[in-house]
Amino acid sequence: MELHELTRLIRSKNAGPFMLTFDIIFADPEGYERVTAAGVVSPGRISALYGVPQDKVAVYFCEAAQAIKISFPRPVTSGDPDDPDVFGCQQHAPLVHLAV
Amino acid sequence: MTVVKLLAPTGMVGTGFSEQTFQRALDLDPDVIGCDAGSTDPGPYYLGSAQSLPSPEAAGRDLRLMLRGAVDRGIPLLVGSAGTGGADAGVDWTAALVRGIARQEGLRFEMATVYSEVDPGTLAGLARAGRLRGLHDAPELSEDAIARLVRVVGQIGPEPFIGAMEHGAQVVIAGRSSDASMFTAVPVMRGLAGGPAWHAAKILECGAGSVDQRLHPDCMFAWVEDERFRVEPPNPEMSCSPASVTSHFLYENADPFLLREPPGVLDTSGCRYEQDGRGVVVTGSRFLPADEYTIRLEGVEPAGYRRVCLGGIRDPLVLAQLPHFLEDATRSSQKKIQESLGLAPDRYRMNVRVYGANAVMPVQEPVPDQVGHEVGVLLDVVADTPEVSQAAITVAWHTFLHHPIPEWTGLISNLAFPCSPPDIDVGLTYRFAVNHVAVAEPTELCRTQYETVDG
Repeated sequence: MELHELTRLIRSKNAGPFMLTFDIIFADPEGYERVTAAGVVSPGRISALYGVPQDKVAVYFCEAAQAIKISFPRPVTSGDPDDPDVFGCQQHAPLVHLAV
Repeated sequence: MTVVKLLAPTGMVGTGFSEQTFQRALDLDPDVIGCDAGSTDPGPYYLGSAQSLPSPEAAGRDLRLMLRGAVDRGIPLLVGSAGTGGADAGVDWTAALVRGIARQEGLRFEMATVYSEVDPGTLAGLARAGRLRGLHDAPELSEDAIARLVRVVGQIGPEPFIGAMEHGAQVVIAGRSSDASMFTAVPVMRGLAGGPAWHAAKILECGAGSVDQRLHPDCMFAWVEDERFRVEPPNPEMSCSPASVTSHFLYENADPFLLREPPGVLDTSGCRYEQDGRGVVVTGSRFLPADEYTIRLEGVEPAGYRRVCLGGIRDPLVLAQLPHFLEDATRSSQKKIQESLGLAPDRYRMNVRVYGANAVMPVQEPVPDQVGHEVGVLLDVVADTPEVSQAAITVAWHTFLHHPIPEWTGLISNLAFPCSPPDIDVGLTYRFAVNHVAVAEPTELCRTQYETVDG
């Protein structure tokens, strides 16, 4: 099973020009519980996928929204000459097929 | 019991909204119309250049409806972050549109313009006084760094809007504002300064963004009380649910529960959400005043002159050796640029972005070599002068175009350009260079002017 099969939305976006934030919004409470309990989304996992230091990764579990949020400082600031994604909106791709 | 009614016509001036929805919303008897007009989302260009993202036609269309609605009903219209970056010129651009609309529509009202740019001297003074705080490990702003900045704005809170209204202004056009400010101003004036006002404001500033299915940008309405608030989209074809409201709150926020605003922190962690018709009632929002009032600063420095060139590669034999081809062509370009133009590689910055391979995630792409039958190569050159960037990219695209591969004998051409000239002038680019807040009084860093607009 892949993460996107349990979700109604996976997205990334800037939270200001210096931070990237990801939302994994589950289709139902069971999916949210399952993935949360399995520890699939962790700072270590995200650190490995995105090449950011683990201590800079914040993972939030939002029961009311049935969502997991991940935030970390953008490796490259929005709009810098080397920035590949000004809005920070296409960086969630590796999460879509994450095995759960 | 005090109830304050808030109307947001849309999430950003110029993105549009249904006139029919707006009229329905006006019939709900709002106490204020507020609208955000800016964002840092589309990058540093808008603050750097002070240019507006929406055209004057798009912004004017929205402003006309908002203005007529506000003036007809005798309620305030509060617009923040005018002109996208919220620069002083953006305020003037928006105010000029407003005056033009007033002339055409025969409207008369008191208007305030609030400017939130911070000049370098003021910024340096704040730095010397130890009143700047870096966010997320931001480096200290040195005097050199401050001297390089082209433009800095300080996000104003609700207080300058309140001051303007108390001075008699009905329409307030402000520079860079914290998103919630246009929507907390009237509640705060009426004694509602707690969690529900701030939480409702944060939902409203996106317009209809927090509905279940947003068919198009549109209005949002809120009823704010001391202990709770209710949000409902005025468009009868849209609705909010606890899921849509809670999940939209995640959007563009690093922390899903705690949001720092100038006077303190909004804490939504203990909230309860209940469906109520097409709307949602929210209880449990808390606002925690901070010890220090802080104004978030945004600032940009110049990052060079940029030109880009897009070319498609479809030849399968080139694609079969793409990484090597591109490295080789890059080296060859650098050599030619050095020989023909006398420019060492450190005089310009050349980025080769490969769409179809690893342009979106250049460092972390899990499958960079999984290339299909076509790629788009974007040559991207930044240099200190427009002449150098143009000269360098011209040599570069010409070199990539004719770069040989061993399998083909004779002169080949590798890039399918979509346009002539093949290279596009992006112009002066900017970089966000300030990630700090200033400890300051609410109206210390902004300036307000007043006028009577008599159409």
